[in-house]
Amino acid sequence: MASPALSQETARWRPPPLIKSRRVRCFLALIVGLYVAAAFGTLDINWARVADGGPRALRFFSGFFPPDFAARWTAIVDGLLESLWMTIVATALGVLISIPIAVGGARNVAPLPVYFFCRSIMAASRTFHEVLIAIFFVKLFGFGPFAGVITLTFATLGFYAKLLAEDIEAIDPAQAEAIKATGAGWLQWLDFAIRPQVRPRAIGLAVYRLDINFRESAVIGIVGAGGIGATLNTAFDRYEFDTAAAILLIIIGIVMAAEYASGVIRHRLQ
Amino acid sequence: MAVFEGQNGQDWRQRTRLVDVFVWFCWLIGLSIVVACLSFISDKTIWAFVLSAPQEAGDLGGRMFPPDWAYSNTLWRPLWDTFNIATLGTAIALMISVPVAFCAARNTTPSIVFVRPIALFIIAASRSINSLIWALLLVVIVGPGVFAGVIAIAFRSVGFCGKLLYEAIEEIAVEPVEAVTATGASSGQVLTYGVVPQIMPAFAGISVFRWDINIRESTILGLVGAGGIGLQLSASINNLDWSRVAVILIAILGTVIVSEWLSAKVRAALI
Repeated sequence: MASPALSQETARWRPPPLIKSRRVRCFLALIVGLYVAAAFGTLDINWARVADGGPRALRFFSGFFPPDFAARWTAIVDGLLESLWMTIVATALGVLISIPIAVGGARNVAPLPVYFFCRSIMAASRTFHEVLIAIFFVKLFGFGPFAGVITLTFATLGFYAKLLAEDIEAIDPAQAEAIKATGAGWLQWLDFAIRPQVRPRAIGLAVYRLDINFRESAVIGIVGAGGIGATLNTAFDRYEFDTAAAILLIIIGIVMAAEYASGVIRHRLQ
Repeated sequence: MAVFEGQNGQDWRQRTRLVDVFVWFCWLIGLSIVVACLSFISDKTIWAFVLSAPQEAGDLGGRMFPPDWAYSNTLWRPLWDTFNIATLGTAIALMISVPVAFCAARNTTPSIVFVRPIALFIIAASRSINSLIWALLLVVIVGPGVFAGVIAIAFRSVGFCGKLLYEAIEEIAVEPVEAVTATGASSGQVLTYGVVPQIMPAFAGISVFRWDINIRESTILGLVGAGGIGLQLSASINNLDWSRVAVILIAILGTVIVSEWLSAKVRAALI
């Protein structure tokens, strides 16, 4: 700390900066400044249209009120149930497929070639957004919940396998060694040394993914992959904003409830 | 854990028989739920379309290859827009989420009874609506274009950043805060010298993490008209111009890889 400066009566202490080197700090500030200037310079905002947004928003949201639950109630229930089925099937399938990939993607279990193969599957699933994947599966398998299930299953792979593999890599090696010392075969070793150690987290992650998959199922319907998103999109396309508002409120309610429930379950497991 | 008398002396099992039966029963219930859901979905599926998937895939592959490389020159501007949507959206979200997080954290909120529930509601509402749905709404309000995308990303990210940030604030050590308070600092000074330095690393980590997610999200916002490379993508898909779609997908792949690499570098430098 600069003690000569402190010896002066008027000097004030300052907290040390996050980035130590002064040169790096100035350089970063310059880059950020240039970037913001460039970004706003090319943003191409139609301010007249944005200013028009106020009255438009008013009209738009007055179309939302009151939310109309009754007019398309059967369609809403249908969409919700479809979302629920998609979520359950996709999570179950995704977890089932993820487990071998996670075992293969853990460096302390799998040999290097298998490790790279499994890790590249995870990377492939994580690269593209669910909606992009859904567009292609809708093209391949036709409109409807089947394409949605395949999309969500594929998306589950990258998430679940990656986190589970990281958990397997973080196990306590002493127990694994002890089981091996009893002369256990490879499968027995997996079953008795690895599985009990990762089980609480594996269940917790599955519950968390169930929650995420429901949320995503509300979105991939917009590109034709079934579920409540399809109902929502139809409502928007028909300018039935009161129905759309009802669907949005239901989605928010269910997502909040699911998040709370999955939080409680995960808290209890760990 | 249980020990049984087997034929060759003692036999060790993981569970007693009763627990075994219970566990199998749970599996049975779970499995039947999944099978029931599968049958519902299969009722709603047109299997002829599903079975034709291999031909479709072959057809699609044939149309995508070779990619229309000449088209890639026109993609720089949309990619720049995509990058801006993610970056500016994250920046705006951070500006909003900091005060929201301070209001939501139990130890810094001005009022647990009034302000905290409001802040928590803002966080939950923002998190439960996907950015694509935000974009759908905002395109109607502020018109199609990049601006709607920036705001959509910002609205969705406020909840994410706010939640992680307020959890970080609630986990800070109380000793530094007490020490700063004991010097006679005002509440603003306690915040700047006692609380903020403790959450700075978490704040930096969260912003980079969310920025990385937002790059991915901003590639699709164009599908509903909110700017970025998704506009080109949906135009090419609607024109059945699959060789251009292939180029766009490669461009998105490149952007995501670069952003992942960049955020990993920044995170490694910060933490």
